Amino acid sequence: MPTDHTLFNVFAAVFAALALASGIAAVLKWRLAPGASSAVIDNLNARINAWWWMVGVLAVAFWIGEGGIIVLFALISFQALREYISLTHTRRGDHRALMWCFFFFLPAQYLLIASHWYGLFSILIPVYAFLLLPISATLGSDAERFLERAAKVQWGLMICVYCISHVPALLTLEIPGFEGRNAQLIIFLVLTVQSSDVFQYVWGKLFGKRKLAPAISPSKTLEGLVGGVLTSTALGAALFWMTPFTVWQAALVALTINIVGFFGGFVLSAIKRDRGVKDWGTLIEGHGGMLDRVDSISFSAPIFFHIVRYWWV
Amino acid sequence: MIEKLFALLLCHFAKLLTGVRPLWQGCAPEPRLRVYFANHRSHGDFVVVWAALPPELRRRTRPVAGADYWLNGGFKTWLINRVFHAVLVDRRPGRDGPNPVDQMAEALRAGDSLILFPEGTRNLGDELLPFKSGIYHLATRMPQVEFVPVWIENLGRVMPKGALVPVPLLCTLTFGAPLTLQVDETKPEFIDRARSALLDLAPPAN
Repeated sequence: MPTDHTLFNVFAAVFAALALASGIAAVLKWRLAPGASSAVIDNLNARINAWWWMVGVLAVAFWIGEGGIIVLFALISFQALREYISLTHTRRGDHRALMWCFFFFLPAQYLLIASHWYGLFSILIPVYAFLLLPISATLGSDAERFLERAAKVQWGLMICVYCISHVPALLTLEIPGFEGRNAQLIIFLVLTVQSSDVFQYVWGKLFGKRKLAPAISPSKTLEGLVGGVLTSTALGAALFWMTPFTVWQAALVALTINIVGFFGGFVLSAIKRDRGVKDWGTLIEGHGGMLDRVDSISFSAPIFFHIVRYWWV
Repeated sequence: MIEKLFALLLCHFAKLLTGVRPLWQGCAPEPRLRVYFANHRSHGDFVVVWAALPPELRRRTRPVAGADYWLNGGFKTWLINRVFHAVLVDRRPGRDGPNPVDQMAEALRAGDSLILFPEGTRNLGDELLPFKSGIYHLATRMPQVEFVPVWIENLGRVMPKGALVPVPLLCTLTFGAPLTLQVDETKPEFIDRARSALLDLAPPAN
């Protein structure tokens, strides 16, 4: 099947699933006693409405093609980094380093993907940003909490730009017998990991009892984790036909990225708790900020990228 | 006409750049006579407070700004006078012009709310500076006016003093509960109360 056809069918299926979800949410709201309101159901409706937008934007980017996908993820990185730095303590002396992050390293990383320059793409931020940003911060002549500030800026750049850029970087892989269909790998990754978040939410709300780590994430339960990860692993296995994997390989890869993705959400929750906030931002109604939505993607994307690159390229 | 268009553009630009989000924590955005007083770290401070107000309030709200900085002719002067309709005060100690408190009281009497930075200058350090006494004198002159503390978070990092290029961080404005001058309240008491009300809105230090 040509890839345009596949993508069209997949998006149609996702929109159908969203229509079903919207239907269920509407019934839940309708069954509430008249005049009553429920925060959980309102939030559910807000989340589903936001999903329509998110899938719509994704569909437009895929319709445009490689350029659209790269620009979309560059914008996602931009917003995520913005939310991250907004909540992180930096000082006046860091201004120059932050300018480099936003106006040089972020665009450069995505331009390297567009030009398929893998060698520099893979070391630009871990090596060059790592060395140059603290140099530029020292020029601000402020030594107070220096190591902490340098570490925070580098960490944010890694999570929000370097890790997330591995999603569009999947387009640059040359997989024998899979030419021209790389966009389907992105769909596989995004659909598996994001559905894992959704299924964890659903399983947690329906059956969640045992709290996993209330000090870090009060809403995560063991039932949600196991049910969510297994369901979306099954979904990943069922999507094997759009990847270069066999069914079992697809299941194993899906399980791996789901688990890594779960811990991604966990790590970023720990930072939120430390900073005393519930969400990274307010961009996406019902979900919080951009970083709340892409935390699991940012951890799983590099792992997925390397699995594919090591065994299939 | 061009002034209004420019004001609108500037508001949208400030909102886009800083994603500024007003949290009306201690009061609602109502058309009352108010003095919004905020911490001051950046030239953009009054622009974001101004942009965060609903348009009908914004039209009747004037920032208070230092004449020495803004009145050097050309674009800055046009901007501060025609776009922001600022109350320009002379901050120099040995001034011979009008008294700043008189100017502010006059603007309030004309029905305009004010945006005021009681630290008196842009703050480069970590701690909130001591307040100038003008806010108290204004309160004694206009006891019916509500003084609303507004904490501006992050804008100092978007565009610190001396920086030419802004970094696109997200800013939050927290509007606290209004204060009015109590009967028999002394100058240090009122200034102290206003300063703590503002500090209470700051997020915990890290």
